[in-house]
Amino acid sequence: MNQGRYGPYGGQYIPETLMNELIGLDQAYRRHRQDPAFQDELAGLLRDYAGRPSLLYRAERMTADLGGAQIWLKREDLNHTGSHKINNVLGQALLARRMGKTRVIAETGAGQHGVATATAAALMGLECEIFMGREDTERQSLNVYRMELLGATVHPVESGTMTLKDAVNEAMREWTSRVHDTLYVLGSVMGPHPFPMMVRDFQAVIGREVKTQLQAQAQTLPAAAVACVGGGSNAIGLFYDFIDCPEVELIGCEAAGLGVDTDQHAATMARGEVGVFHGMKSYFCQDRDGQIAPVYSISAGLDYPGIGPEHAWLHDSGRASYVPVTDQAAVEAFEYLARMEGVICAIESAHAIAHVRQIAQRYRPDQHLVVCLSGRGDKDVAAIARYRGRTVNE
Amino acid sequence: MSEIARAFASGKAFIAFVTGGDPDLERSERHILDLVAGGADLIEIGVPFSDPIAEGPVIQAANLRALRAGATLEGIFQLAQRVHAQTDVPLVFLTYLNPVFHYGYEAFCQRASAVGASGLIIPDLPFEEQGELRPTAARHGLDLITLVAPTSADRIRRVAQSASGFIYVVSSLGVTGQRSQITTDLKSIVDEIRLHSSTPVAVGFGVHTPQQANQIAQFADGVIVGSKIVSLIGQDPTGAGPALQAYAQSIKRAILD
Repeated sequence: MNQGRYGPYGGQYIPETLMNELIGLDQAYRRHRQDPAFQDELAGLLRDYAGRPSLLYRAERMTADLGGAQIWLKREDLNHTGSHKINNVLGQALLARRMGKTRVIAETGAGQHGVATATAAALMGLECEIFMGREDTERQSLNVYRMELLGATVHPVESGTMTLKDAVNEAMREWTSRVHDTLYVLGSVMGPHPFPMMVRDFQAVIGREVKTQLQAQAQTLPAAAVACVGGGSNAIGLFYDFIDCPEVELIGCEAAGLGVDTDQHAATMARGEVGVFHGMKSYFCQDRDGQIAPVYSISAGLDYPGIGPEHAWLHDSGRASYVPVTDQAAVEAFEYLARMEGVICAIESAHAIAHVRQIAQRYRPDQHLVVCLSGRGDKDVAAIARYRGRTVNE
Repeated sequence: MSEIARAFASGKAFIAFVTGGDPDLERSERHILDLVAGGADLIEIGVPFSDPIAEGPVIQAANLRALRAGATLEGIFQLAQRVHAQTDVPLVFLTYLNPVFHYGYEAFCQRASAVGASGLIIPDLPFEEQGELRPTAARHGLDLITLVAPTSADRIRRVAQSASGFIYVVSSLGVTGQRSQITTDLKSIVDEIRLHSSTPVAVGFGVHTPQQANQIAQFADGVIVGSKIVSLIGQDPTGAGPALQAYAQSIKRAILD
């Protein structure tokens, strides 16, 4: 029985201790998602608590400046907690409660998913523990305090490279030691089945809304949908409803750090190879012995050596394309969007903006490009200032 | 009789784990031979991995030490080959799946078999996913050793029926590491396995004292010790030999009692 496959990718490559829990989670999820009461409750939370639907905003100055396609921004940055992460955690926390779980655990890189999980846990009265690389807790101390304010316990992870991948390792280890009352709320479309499917379903609201909103405002489908990819949850959320619309190009933008020809990047599709890690078969940055490689990006949210299995399959099948975007291009796009549209976006999302700046001219003015603005940029302001040689006090 | 079965033939088996290449390949080889001299019936050589998600802090640290010391997959194969030339105690590799996948299933199994390994333990390859490797392993005479956990419940039957070599019963929830108490009802798990399979059953994860080993040997065919051995090596990377031999003897005596 080969569960949760996207072509050859996906699967459940996980210690035996977790297998029954994953099988149970898959069954519970399939049952509850068919339950109208579950869907109503989730829709209500997304509307009344998270602030959905998020705006689809026509970026007129950017459109005029770039010349070419009409540019639209899907404003996930305006959601409660400031990113698309809330879509997934509300779904999973609701599921946890329905499964009788009293505790959630999660990994976080920059802290967006940790803050979102702590928020959902507070809302639903669940105990919450967050695993975060020691290095990230220092870089993002404000988010650590934010999670603590929300009632979560934050565990700095000291193993390995002390970043996101190690936080995932530690959350998995914690889950194997306490499964009966705990759900591991994974933050992206990665890990063992059913997570890639479940997280994608919860994020698919992004593309579903885009379809309706663009239809209402421009009476057409987008020519292309563009999003940044680390694990790939905002991207799959944007792409999913368009996979069966071949006229819509799907473009993922991965973090090229200092460049794909250096060893300082997180460009999994450009430089990774197929492997098996964190419960899934997919593409990973790895060395010639199959050791998982240290990766780098200015963006902590994209600083991950793998990518979700459905993206691996969209890549191989040619349905989506994936392009590397450097730190420098992302920082310039971050500044560009601020000045051009008055929007300070997450540095992750700026990778997608950077690529749109490159390609807008290839399209006609009656074509539409939709970019997922996956998060807001407050968390990145100090780092961008440092990148530009300025010191700011947080 | 498979080579692994030989480890269980004389009664109860003491299975010793070391992280290959910790602190380096040369000393790793000596440590393995010390454990054999102390009475180990089967040796698990851990292939060091950057992200060993089933390991506790002690073996995680050993993995990092080995990698920092430059251990490569080729080095680990050569280590096994040198050990195999000096003892007929069966050897198995404990490895995460990615190094095997990346090397290529066919090439890995061919090479592992050529250097004298008798089996593979892959903690992140559960029963459902074993189909992609099992036929290749079998063709090269390697037993794919499967794990049973305290949470396996209704899965025990299928896992047990497909087992070869030995069945590795994980004593406790969580990761590897010494535990002062093991609270799982291991005997009932082992009894359940025996309903479905005649493959030998060994228990590991957390076992470190002779008393624990003795208790487990009352109902299981083998006792697996990892973290305690790795911590003895960590405490004295060069001079651990006598301590390893003495420790191995104490465990061996305890399980034969």
